[in-house]
Amino acid sequence: MSTLLKIQNLHAKIGKLKILNGINLSIRAGEIHFIMGPNGSGKSTLALTIMGDPRIKVTKGKIYFQNKNITRLEPNERAKLGIFLGFQNPIAIEGLFLASLINTSANVLGKKIADKEIDEALRKINLPKDFLYKDVNYNMSGGEKKKAEALQLLLLKPRLAILDEFDTGLDVDALRTISKAIKSLMNKYRSFLIITHYSRIVDYIKPDKVHIMVGGKIVKEGNVKLAKNIEKYGYAKVLGEKYAEA
Amino acid sequence: MLKLNKKYREKYGFRTKVGYDAIYEGYPNEEMVRALSREKGEVGEHEWIQKFRLKALKYFLQKPMPSWGPDLSGINFENIIYYARPEVNRAKTWEELPKKIREVYERLNIPEVEKKYLLGLSAQFDSEIVLRRIKEELKKLGVIFTDPEDGLKNHPIFRKWFGKIVPPNDNKFAALNSAFFSGGSFIYVPPGVKVPYPLETYFRINISRAGQFERTLIIADEGAEVTYVEGCTAPVYSKSSLHAAVVEIVALPGAKVRYVTLQNWSKNVYNLVTKRSVAFENATIEWLDSNIGSKITMKYPSVYMRGENAKAEIISVAYAGKGQIQDTGAKAVHLAKNTSSKIVAKSVSAEGGEANYRGLISIAKEAARSKAVAKCDALLIDEKSKTNTYPYTNVQNQESSVAHEAFVGKLSQEKLFYLMSRGLDEDQAMSLIVSGFFSDFIRKLPLQYAIEFKRLIELEIKGGVG
Repeated sequence: MSTLLKIQNLHAKIGKLKILNGINLSIRAGEIHFIMGPNGSGKSTLALTIMGDPRIKVTKGKIYFQNKNITRLEPNERAKLGIFLGFQNPIAIEGLFLASLINTSANVLGKKIADKEIDEALRKINLPKDFLYKDVNYNMSGGEKKKAEALQLLLLKPRLAILDEFDTGLDVDALRTISKAIKSLMNKYRSFLIITHYSRIVDYIKPDKVHIMVGGKIVKEGNVKLAKNIEKYGYAKVLGEKYAEA
Repeated sequence: MLKLNKKYREKYGFRTKVGYDAIYEGYPNEEMVRALSREKGEVGEHEWIQKFRLKALKYFLQKPMPSWGPDLSGINFENIIYYARPEVNRAKTWEELPKKIREVYERLNIPEVEKKYLLGLSAQFDSEIVLRRIKEELKKLGVIFTDPEDGLKNHPIFRKWFGKIVPPNDNKFAALNSAFFSGGSFIYVPPGVKVPYPLETYFRINISRAGQFERTLIIADEGAEVTYVEGCTAPVYSKSSLHAAVVEIVALPGAKVRYVTLQNWSKNVYNLVTKRSVAFENATIEWLDSNIGSKITMKYPSVYMRGENAKAEIISVAYAGKGQIQDTGAKAVHLAKNTSSKIVAKSVSAEGGEANYRGLISIAKEAARSKAVAKCDALLIDEKSKTNTYPYTNVQNQESSVAHEAFVGKLSQEKLFYLMSRGLDEDQAMSLIVSGFFSDFIRKLPLQYAIEFKRLIELEIKGGVG
């Protein structure tokens, strides 16, 4: 399996605040990685940095995607390479139909989406057809926003899906539905980087690797067991000193 | 600016060499007005029209330039061509038009739109209507769609309302228009007739230093309904042009008139337009007014609600790019009981452009239980750009309500990033954000115009920003 994403010694700050302090991470094609960690550990910043958020300044280190250095690329160029970010708090864009966004994205990403695919994706996430004619993330509940993100993921079919807390704001039924929909995308070429601070999602999606982030660093790595331990005992107990240091 | 002009020049701002039969220029004087009047055959029983013009000229000469708005000192009345008649006979089909002129409209896609979506179209080229197309269906409905010159001479109902809603002494530019008016449209919709598809006039300025002074008068008789669209473009010139139109609308009891404007003048055009309407009992008037082009636009579509339960809806949108001032807004004047008005004004300022909202809500003593709502949103794309709001309110009775909200926002980096993360480049992302911001307007437009409007926005942003 080839390496899809490789992050080397990544340091980044927002304004004067250092948030990422030397991240190393490697994801191969077809793998599912979880990043877990307590609030404020820099998980979302990592996701945004991979996508190229201009508000974040990379001060050191590199990000490679399919062996290409993407550290300085514009977000849309990263998207064109096949990176997708499902946002934790997707921003509302009043006056823009979700359908228009999906169409425009598909266009610029060089994808053709058949009507049948749209119907199928809506069905998988349990959304009515007129959901497409809501304004993007506008007047939507937290759960609806997450569904809208999932819908875009299903239709745009990226090589790497970074999902930032897609599980928050969803009730148990919706979580099951969306997890199932996401799983339907999984194959040996497509990789997932799933950020969460609860481990309940492990019940639905099995990670190949779990990374625990504290203080802008990955402090512990493991497999699904690590995630389950955190659920059982909490970060403080599992991480011990490392947690206290951060 | 250069980049922008290049794009505009290619698509809309191209020049065409045509011959002219008559050109009147120089500082406006009686002789010019008389000559124009003679050209138009305003003699004998029609001499009153000449008198009307001459009186208007006096008002123009007497009135000072409006001092309360944008700086208009760049207009040099010496250097304007007040009348330019292209060498062309009035056509009823596109084929009849001289090739050069036909190609202008073809390049602007007008024949296609006419064929597919319109029941009637007139095309104005500088000072004259060069083509009028009326579909059989429109004739069968008994709708009159003709020139104002014809209206004045042959339709008493036109004469009844002409210059009554916007009198020649209303303001300096309405006076100028009333002296030199030429072309435009007269529409009469008989009682109860609902015109199912829009009528349109497309205004093209071609000559340099042009003054275009068309008149539009729409009368919707009792219970009638009609949608009218005006579009406009002009070549890019270094010298200024002046477009000073007068538009009057009468919605008789129960009638509904929707007036759509897609203003896309080149950035050397002063666009100073007086648009006013009266709505009688249970009548509705909607102005959907957009302003993208021009150097300076001053335009405040108005509705005078004269009958009980009359309604007004005015949606005004403006995009002020580099070197542009869009001074736009709306007036809702409540003169009868239970009348209601809604004003939505949205403006975008970019590249140092200035967008101002100027609005009036007036509720007379007699207009008990009336309701007025105004919402003004401004979006600033960068630090250099400007926006101002000048809302005036005058409420004379206690039983009416007025709500006014205004909001100024900056372009959100977070929105840009979100859209760029979906593969859109910065210009595309900005176009979608701006179009979204204008959605109150776009979603009210007939579909083909909605598409056209979004395209115009895209062109502005691609050319002007970044």
